[in-house]
Amino acid sequence: MLLITCPYCGPRPELEFRYAGEAHIARPEDPSGVEADPWGEFLYNRTNARGPYAERWRHFHGCGRFFNAIRDTTTDFFLATYKVGEPRPDVPARAVASASTGGAGER
Amino acid sequence: MSAEFRLPVGGRIDRAKPVRFTFDGKSYEGFAGDTLASALIANGVHLVGRSFKYHRPRGILTAGSEEPNALVGVGRDEAHYTPNLRATQVEITDGMVAESQNRWPSLAFDVGAVNDGLGRFLPAGFYYKTFMWPAGAWAKFYEPVIRRAAGLGRAPQAADTDRYTQRYAHCEVLVVGAGPAGLAAALAASETGVRVILCDEQAEFGGSLLHERDTVIDGRDAEAWVAEAVATLCSRENVRLLTRTTAFGYYPHNLVGLAERVTDHLAAPGSDLPRERLWQVRAREVVIAAGSIERPLVFPENDRPGVMMAEAARIYANRFGAKPGNRAVVFTASDSAYRAALDLKAAGVEIAAIADLRPDPTGAVVERARADGIRVLPGTSVQGTSGRLRIRSASLGAVVGGATETVPCDLLLMSGGFTPTLSLFSQSRGKMAWDEALEAYVPSVSVERERSVGACRGIYGLAEVLADGHAAGVAAAGKGASDGAARRFTVDAEELGHSGHRGITPHRRDASRVKAFVDFQNDVTAKDVKLATQEGFRSIEHVKRYTTTGMATDQGRTSNINALAIVSDALGKSVPEVGLTTFRPPYTPTTFALFAGQARGELFDPVRTTPIHDWAAEHGAVFEDVGIWKRARYFPEGGEDMHEAVARECRAVRESVGIFDGSTLGKIEVVGRDAAEFMNRMYTNAWAKLEPGRLRYGVMLREDGFVMDDGVVGRMAPDRFHVTTTTGGAPRVLNHMEDYLQTEWPDLEVWLTSTTEQWAVIAVQGPKARQVLEPLVEGIDLSREAMPHMSVRTGHICGVPTRLFRVSFTGELGFEVNVPANYGRAVWDAIFAAGQPHGITPYGTETMHVLRAEKGYIIVGQETDGTNTPDDVGLGWAVGKAKRDFVGKRSLARPQMQRPDRKQMVGLLTSDPATVLEEGAQIVADPNAPLPMKALGHVTSSYASSVVGRSIAIGMVAGGRGRIGETLHVPMPGGAIAVDVVEPVFFDKEGERIHG
Ligand SMILES: [Zn+2]
Repeated sequence: MLLITCPYCGPRPELEFRYAGEAHIARPEDPSGVEADPWGEFLYNRTNARGPYAERWRHFHGCGRFFNAIRDTTTDFFLATYKVGEPRPDVPARAVASASTGGAGER
Repeated sequence: MSAEFRLPVGGRIDRAKPVRFTFDGKSYEGFAGDTLASALIANGVHLVGRSFKYHRPRGILTAGSEEPNALVGVGRDEAHYTPNLRATQVEITDGMVAESQNRWPSLAFDVGAVNDGLGRFLPAGFYYKTFMWPAGAWAKFYEPVIRRAAGLGRAPQAADTDRYTQRYAHCEVLVVGAGPAGLAAALAASETGVRVILCDEQAEFGGSLLHERDTVIDGRDAEAWVAEAVATLCSRENVRLLTRTTAFGYYPHNLVGLAERVTDHLAAPGSDLPRERLWQVRAREVVIAAGSIERPLVFPENDRPGVMMAEAARIYANRFGAKPGNRAVVFTASDSAYRAALDLKAAGVEIAAIADLRPDPTGAVVERARADGIRVLPGTSVQGTSGRLRIRSASLGAVVGGATETVPCDLLLMSGGFTPTLSLFSQSRGKMAWDEALEAYVPSVSVERERSVGACRGIYGLAEVLADGHAAGVAAAGKGASDGAARRFTVDAEELGHSGHRGITPHRRDASRVKAFVDFQNDVTAKDVKLATQEGFRSIEHVKRYTTTGMATDQGRTSNINALAIVSDALGKSVPEVGLTTFRPPYTPTTFALFAGQARGELFDPVRTTPIHDWAAEHGAVFEDVGIWKRARYFPEGGEDMHEAVARECRAVRESVGIFDGSTLGKIEVVGRDAAEFMNRMYTNAWAKLEPGRLRYGVMLREDGFVMDDGVVGRMAPDRFHVTTTTGGAPRVLNHMEDYLQTEWPDLEVWLTSTTEQWAVIAVQGPKARQVLEPLVEGIDLSREAMPHMSVRTGHICGVPTRLFRVSFTGELGFEVNVPANYGRAVWDAIFAAGQPHGITPYGTETMHVLRAEKGYIIVGQETDGTNTPDDVGLGWAVGKAKRDFVGKRSLARPQMQRPDRKQMVGLLTSDPATVLEEGAQIVADPNAPLPMKALGHVTSSYASSVVGRSIAIGMVAGGRGRIGETLHVPMPGGAIAVDVVEPVFFDKEGERIHG
């Protein structure tokens, strides 16, 4: 079970969290002014990246806050978590446990 | 009287404590400290099982948890029976009842052994190739036969009566394995003061040191060193020691699952102890000290009872004082078997010969064996063996040419060298690398914060192993200076070379006619593995699945490397090119009960009940599950069935008054300066103009425009809304609201609070509802003028504060009394008493469904399925067209959402009023059209309505509103049923009654 670092509460077990889809997809300010194709894009198309992926999580059984995370979809490890509204941090993909509990690396 | 093969002295068993047990009904005696395997060996019993596929007699191969053959069922009765336990791990207790498996009628005479003669017809991939045709034969013939003939133990026939518990633990350093490396690591780590957990799957700590006879560490013999190390660890408060505890699974971020067997080794465990305990340990650092496993040699007939790993035989003699036989042939490619031969000879076993694959074995231990008078045959291999239920002889012959010699024996010890145990490391997703010098896979790149130490990373010399463990312990604790990491251990132990052999050993027999086993547990032979490569399988993962090698419960810990070598030879590729299969949890089979823990029976799934639940139960309610809620479905009287009870309850509501527990409704309090604006954006309706004291039916959409939830909302104050949701929808709706509030509109000043559990809701519905409530209410004028339909008032009822809704989901005059949940039962009692003169009738969810269907009110999740717009279900009127925006509005404007042929909600009336349609049934235009028929829609709700006097139904039909007046058809097995499409309102079409 992963440890996920809630930006408000700190590291907590995965069970307390709920996934909430890709991050940084803002709802258009005035949806009625959006053409059909971009609206369909907004509704349904997601990056589904291989590697670092910005996504939303909610600390459901904790503080209840939504936050953003960068997770490497190839290793399942979280590279960063940050509050809603903050810019996506620039983190390199690393095949390690996490920034705070990095792997022992090559021997 | 001691058993025949018990040594007079030595070993770690307690000869003062005899233990009686039975195996296959026969009584035996062993001693405290024995495993079932060691006790059987001490009694001369080697035949303990039949093999999986060929039902060949099998004996005890190993002395550890990697045992592939000696699987037994243990338990004094069915409630305590556990199948497939490894006899090498089971500790005997007084009165233990154990039995062999996979044999019928008896272990010595097993009918299934006929498979052995049919071996040439049971090649690799047999199941895939043979049982393909005809399909019907699978269920009737193949499967039952295979299930009886193949397989392991049987499942117990009674429910498990033992208790299982689960614990969480945190530590800085978890050390897995308490052999020399693990003990050294735990000592070093705990000395720094950090929290250390040390676990080992065996009954006592020490690992290989428990069977060393002449080894000295820092001036103490090995057993004394272990005792001192354990005593030191015990004395440290920062250390938790767990014996009989298997680290079965390595999960992300250093979460390691430990299975502790708490009472299986006790003859009479106290009732306060669980049988097993699951530890979920989150460790900052993990030290894996998993040791290594001796590799079998793959030679013809290498599976007879009496064929045993050389080191295992040494363990039985040295640690358990049990002599594994009288006359042994040793077959080896490594030095360690010489040490075993010498120890066994000292224990009184005649060593007939050591056949060494190596042409010119040299070294101290080889010379010691020669000096001891043991016949050493270099460059020699075993050509085959004889003996039905126990080996009787081995045929030895030079690897290159020459004659063969038949050597009588009752024991054959083999050693192909050692394989580092990589299971946990592999589970942690670490990368393994082939080490050419060690000729073994070893841990290479870590993913988690862990480190492997000692034999599991190919370090074998005892002094080096201890130093490696110590250094890892210091490093894992993270506190010692780097110079503190090095520590020298003074060790006096036999120096051994570490060569070995992988794959088939050379022999001169016809390879197509002999069985040389690679995977003992799944009965896979060298021939099977080669056949797979001949049939085109190249990837080791495919060979594994095709032949099933390594796929048994032991995950091929004794077989993987041999299988790999055979594939590598057959394909002419190097071992690293062939690759290695992945190990997965659990390390050894783990009970389901361990994972279930306390989550059994009533605790399996939580149940939600309302404050009025007990009243309903006392009044004979039949309950139904709605999510995890228990809801009263109907209240049968005097032997009524559901249909009769519901008919009576419906009539009572329409003619007089009914009372209904609506407490399960989801409730959310929406509060704040911007509450109305927030509601405007979340619901399709317009809220700004809704005045305090008024109710409105709200429809919530997802952003894609489809109906997600509905419910009545009361405006309690300009900045306060009492929102209700469907019974199952509350968490989903709150999550949806929080999502928008937190992430899209954080500027809105709104707070959301779940109040589902805070309010009990008592619906009082029917023409007499006002008369029932009026005498109980204080401070609220219930008159039709003062409190019209869709209004809300605060006041008191029976002295309890209430939010009183005038609302109806029945089409009758109705109220919903919200009171604090703790008063729910008292207020219910009072209303029920007050209603007696009017014949107040409790009704359940079934009647509620019929009443609302008579009025054509939808239920989200019944009429809707997540693909319906408000207009589809006749709720176009609830959409605030003038609103600039709300969640889902833009999507409603998409052309597909406005097509006239969308499925629309309509009423359906069968031509025979007694016919009740089936919910979910399809609706077609022409029942005689050729198949496949195009369905126009389906039935969503269908009931017999006593009030309307006939069956009624609601359906979703393509372009349905335009079809009103048409006749459609519902094809059923007994023939199509004609239905008239009508408006979906069957009672009081003018809606007068609600204003009563
Ligand atoms: Zn939190």
